[in-house]
Amino acid sequence: MPAVEATTPVIRKTALYSVHRQMGAKMVEFNGWEMPVEYPSSGGIMAEHNAVRTSVGIFDVSHMGDIRLAGPEALAAVQHISMNDASRLSVGQAQYSALLYPQGTFVDDVIVHRLGEDEYLLVINAGTREKDFSWVRDNTRQFDCKVENLSDDYTQIAIQGPKGVNLLQKLTDADLSTVKFYWVTRGTVCGLKNILIARTGYTGEDGFEIYIPGDEETSVRVWNEILQAGKEFGAVPCGLGARNTLRLEAKLALYGHEISDTINVWEAGLDRFCRMEKSDFIGRAALEKAKAEGVTRALAGLEMIERGIARDGYRVLDQAGTPIGYVTSGSPAPFLKKNIALAYLPPKFVALGTELKVEIRGQGVKAVVVPTAFYKKPKKP
Amino acid sequence: MPYPTDYKYTKEHEWIKADGKSATIGITHHAQESLGDIVFVDLPKIGSEIAVGKAFGSVESVKAVSDLYAPVSGTVTEVNGDLATAPEKINKDAHSAWMIKITLKDPNELNALLPASDYEKFVAEEG
Repeated sequence: MPAVEATTPVIRKTALYSVHRQMGAKMVEFNGWEMPVEYPSSGGIMAEHNAVRTSVGIFDVSHMGDIRLAGPEALAAVQHISMNDASRLSVGQAQYSALLYPQGTFVDDVIVHRLGEDEYLLVINAGTREKDFSWVRDNTRQFDCKVENLSDDYTQIAIQGPKGVNLLQKLTDADLSTVKFYWVTRGTVCGLKNILIARTGYTGEDGFEIYIPGDEETSVRVWNEILQAGKEFGAVPCGLGARNTLRLEAKLALYGHEISDTINVWEAGLDRFCRMEKSDFIGRAALEKAKAEGVTRALAGLEMIERGIARDGYRVLDQAGTPIGYVTSGSPAPFLKKNIALAYLPPKFVALGTELKVEIRGQGVKAVVVPTAFYKKPKKP
Repeated sequence: MPYPTDYKYTKEHEWIKADGKSATIGITHHAQESLGDIVFVDLPKIGSEIAVGKAFGSVESVKAVSDLYAPVSGTVTEVNGDLATAPEKINKDAHSAWMIKITLKDPNELNALLPASDYEKFVAEEG
């Protein structure tokens, strides 16, 4: 019998791969992409994390995907597949949302940007690029709207932290002071015309994401110019390690952890991004039913009170040591200097102050339910 | 990075400094470099037994948990209490930031370990 050869999935690289290697970044495979996890030259994950919280950090997030919907019925198409209400978006405005399955569970979370009268850009996760594009294309055929996968066209760079605006302003003619959080603009960036600049991010800080042409030469030039311009702010390149600790402190969901195809919107606590009162959308009927039935589990924030670090997949126990749930994401929080986690628990255990245990290498280690987000960026005076 | 020649080493990146019937154990410079910032160390209690090749504790970076493997068998006589509150000492100087001291069960086990030159070669080949 001839052996059946398993095809190994191709590991993809962003246009900035060579720069990451040159800078000595530690690389890791993430959802089919070879990405920097941390840069020893930046000081590592904790230094990168704290740079973002106190000044500014730079991320290559080109592994994210981009789907453009354009045409007379683009809004109707977006409304059909997305749970938030895109009709509330002005041109130039963005919102956090999700694409749902008919069961009310997650295809992916997404940021919906309204770029024009009838033009929307969905920015989606790296690991779900193909799945999402197929889903969007197959579920919007009935609308007069073109659906394009632009994921490979852009290099996406995130400039995150309180000094992000100062850094980016040095490189663009767009007046960033007029761009509010979760709004976008276009301007010349590093000499490139008409670049999409979005005041969005995944860190819980102020910051921007820019979408530049995805060719290596342009990408490397712009990356280096950003770092150069950032020197006066102590800007450092940051990898996926810090990206994860930052989003966890800010209680931002990660697909495959807090949200997935077996978790619904109510369980994940994303009610405020789900506009049941708008026109019908995929998943709405199931969510009505689920709301009436009530949730059997809910996402809670935990803080370790005994020595130990809760990690993804660890079991959560009640005081008697009975397993009641599991950790979706857990890690040290470099800025808060605590060990934190998110976990799915039965509703009766999610009251603030509830004492629980996390099972770490066979031992129950004490933790307590705390308010989330664990970290909230300081309000500007 | 010179690896102390009076230490011996394992392929799991532990070092051991033997002194007659006792020994001191830690992790190597290469190990701390691979791990990144160390945030947590889990060490056995005084009096507990460690068995050659078996995990005796763990060391955690922000992103990952790594087991510590016993280079030799023995009984724990001292534990470095500094590491509970300042695990970053391992990053600063892994070859001084000892983790445990033991009495050796069988000093012959030391013969199976790598001298500094062999360990350096091993690290270089690992890439």
